[in-house]
Amino acid sequence: MDRRTSLRWMLTAATTLPLGRLGLAAAPDGATEAKPYGSDPKLIDAYHPGELWPLTLTPEQRKLAALLSDTIIPADAMSPAASAVGVVDFIDEWISAPYALQRADRRLVLDGFAWFDAEAKRRYSKAPAALATEQLHAICDDICYLPKAKPDLHAAAKFFARYRDLTAGGFYTTPQGREDLRYVGNKPLPKFDGPPVEVLKKVGLA
Amino acid sequence: MPFVDAETISRRNYDVIVVGSGAGGGQMAYTLSMSGARVLMLEAGRNYDPATETAMFQTPDMAPLRGTSTPEKPFGFYDATVDGGWQVPGEPYVQTSKEPGGRFDWWRARMLGGRTNHWGRISLRNGPYDFKPHSRDGLGFDWPISYEDMAPYYDKVEMLVGIYGSNEGLENTPDSPAGCLLPPPKPIVSDLLVQKHTAKLGFPTIACHRAVLTQPLDWKNSPAKLHPGNAAAQDIIARDMRKRSPCFWATPCGQGCSIRANYQSTTVHLPPALETGKLDIVTDAMVAEVTLAKDGRASGVRFVDRHSGKSLQASARVVVLAASACETVRILLNSKSAQFPQGLANSSGKVGKYLMDTVGSDLGGQIPLLENLPPHNEDGVSGLHMYVPWWGYKAQKAGKLGFARGYHIEFNGGRRMPQFHTAAGLEWLTGGSYGAKFKEDARRYYGSMIYFAGRGEMIPNEHSYCEIDPQVKDKWGIPVLRFHWQFSEHETRQAAHMQKTFAELIESMGGRVQKPPETDGAKAIAPGGSIIHEVGGALMGDDPRRSVVNKWCQAWDVKNLFLADGAPFPSNADKNPTLTIMANAWRVADHILDRMQRKEL
Repeated sequence: MDRRTSLRWMLTAATTLPLGRLGLAAAPDGATEAKPYGSDPKLIDAYHPGELWPLTLTPEQRKLAALLSDTIIPADAMSPAASAVGVVDFIDEWISAPYALQRADRRLVLDGFAWFDAEAKRRYSKAPAALATEQLHAICDDICYLPKAKPDLHAAAKFFARYRDLTAGGFYTTPQGREDLRYVGNKPLPKFDGPPVEVLKKVGLA
Repeated sequence: MPFVDAETISRRNYDVIVVGSGAGGGQMAYTLSMSGARVLMLEAGRNYDPATETAMFQTPDMAPLRGTSTPEKPFGFYDATVDGGWQVPGEPYVQTSKEPGGRFDWWRARMLGGRTNHWGRISLRNGPYDFKPHSRDGLGFDWPISYEDMAPYYDKVEMLVGIYGSNEGLENTPDSPAGCLLPPPKPIVSDLLVQKHTAKLGFPTIACHRAVLTQPLDWKNSPAKLHPGNAAAQDIIARDMRKRSPCFWATPCGQGCSIRANYQSTTVHLPPALETGKLDIVTDAMVAEVTLAKDGRASGVRFVDRHSGKSLQASARVVVLAASACETVRILLNSKSAQFPQGLANSSGKVGKYLMDTVGSDLGGQIPLLENLPPHNEDGVSGLHMYVPWWGYKAQKAGKLGFARGYHIEFNGGRRMPQFHTAAGLEWLTGGSYGAKFKEDARRYYGSMIYFAGRGEMIPNEHSYCEIDPQVKDKWGIPVLRFHWQFSEHETRQAAHMQKTFAELIESMGGRVQKPPETDGAKAIAPGGSIIHEVGGALMGDDPRRSVVNKWCQAWDVKNLFLADGAPFPSNADKNPTLTIMANAWRVADHILDRMQRKEL
């Protein structure tokens, strides 16, 4: 963890400032060497996170990222957990990217991580990774739905909503995510027959 | 040696210079070269080879940021467009207003084939009303030609390009003669559901018309109809038609099509045109102005070679601009001389005036009936299988709607390739679930959304125009455009009507709207330029004082200068403009050939 990040985390833990005000104080330490891919990138190549611009999450941040991603998308009978299919790498790629949208997400996510860490310590005197499942869920339950979040948790709820979108966006675009949704296309077919009868029946069209 | 360098062309003689390689330029070069004219095509962007550059089967996980859009790739990483978008590095333009209702965002594609590498392939004919709008309601301008003048060229373009669709005999929604259209793809389940509920609300859902081969082209019969009496042309196009594969029901059209099943200028117009040996193409040739001979005719063009930065000349008997409506306007206005101090072909003062885009507004809904359907492949032809043509002619005539022109509805649903956004923003349905419940929710709602988009006619007005900015230049030193934009109530009320209609439809299907329909049309309407149907700016007409070109798209002021893109359009019907750009370009090309044969050019 670099000095600036650890300083901010310490400050956060000490004061438990509402996230909005903290956001103003937080330096956008995404000042990386990242360059945009330009208007004419090679489209047929396959890209991996970290190739176009350096990843910037610290090991501690990646640990928390995995914990939260897997809380949102855990393993079940249909598919693995988010972190098992590269979602943390994707989120790191995203928040390290040199574009305005991603830079804004970087602030939101890093401040959210700092808040989550501080909140775990405030409520349970534990690091997030050491929380019992019920304790982890107790925090998540308070921030998982903005319309029902308490006013002082609005900023945290906004973070959680965006983090859930990033996790889901990373997960359902993988082969395992596509299989989970039972997407069966992107395969050449000799003909296209339209919906099977059982589908039409279910919708009341046959 | 069809792709030539900028230096070579000074040693060659050409009949026609075509500026631009998209739908208009592609069709123009095709028609001219197939009839034996020697053509030089100049394209501002780089060369582009769809066979080797197209990312057809790539999936979002192979792309940076899961393929989501960035300012550099505004339609996502895999959109076939390169060096294009609403901003092009080094090529600025000026907006006089940044407000949503007053801005015009100019989309360009600096590559061989231009915007045809990107478009939705929706290929609707203008109907008879669409050529005579002023005669019907007193607004805007009539075209100096009628549907009957354009119809034979629609027939030809449909046969050449390959358009699927059906004939329904609906008002102002023309049928095509036998042999023109390919069969439409089978509807997907959400299409059928929309069809059932539009019928309940009293309007039709029919097969869309799109430029995708649902079966091989009729290479035995079409060539003779396309090029009567021209055996060489028939042979070339028959052979080329056999090289195009029909759709294999996978991969998004927008990523491009290396099997040539859909229309891009680079896969349909340019290969046979090059095969004639009559077409030379120079890419990275940024045309700055049309040059004049002493007798007041166009002598050729001056262009900047983007590799060397050098300013070069090309000459020919005829110059055709097909650079996209606004770029064509820019070239004309930058072609200043003692004889034409206001820019070329601008004695009317109308160059740059009456820019139009399409009215756009959209709304999505979630349809419980479509939840948890048995998995099945709904890729189809990737774009619209069906659409809703404008149905309100009678209500409009009776003055019941509060806006003068129509719109059609495009919609899409289905179990599509999961994207970054597929399971994002679901809180309004899930109440903020996470964990095992979230995974169940994602499965439940996947494929149950339908998105509706209205695409409507904008009436040309005095406040929507472009001119040359007195200060700003692009990186080649060429003065840039400055845009002025305003919608009238005809457009904003239409956008509000779209919202109301979509909400009614979604509710009729038992669905929930994603957000409340916007009742304020000024908020519902997409900003100018965002639908990328820019037309107008150099209108065709019967009166040299009030139009820029005549009915042959020949400049009133310069006999051997023609336009072949959307710039001459006097109106912008709700029908997407590309098919009409192609049909008109073929019509203009035939006229040029005829005049050249009679030694009049």
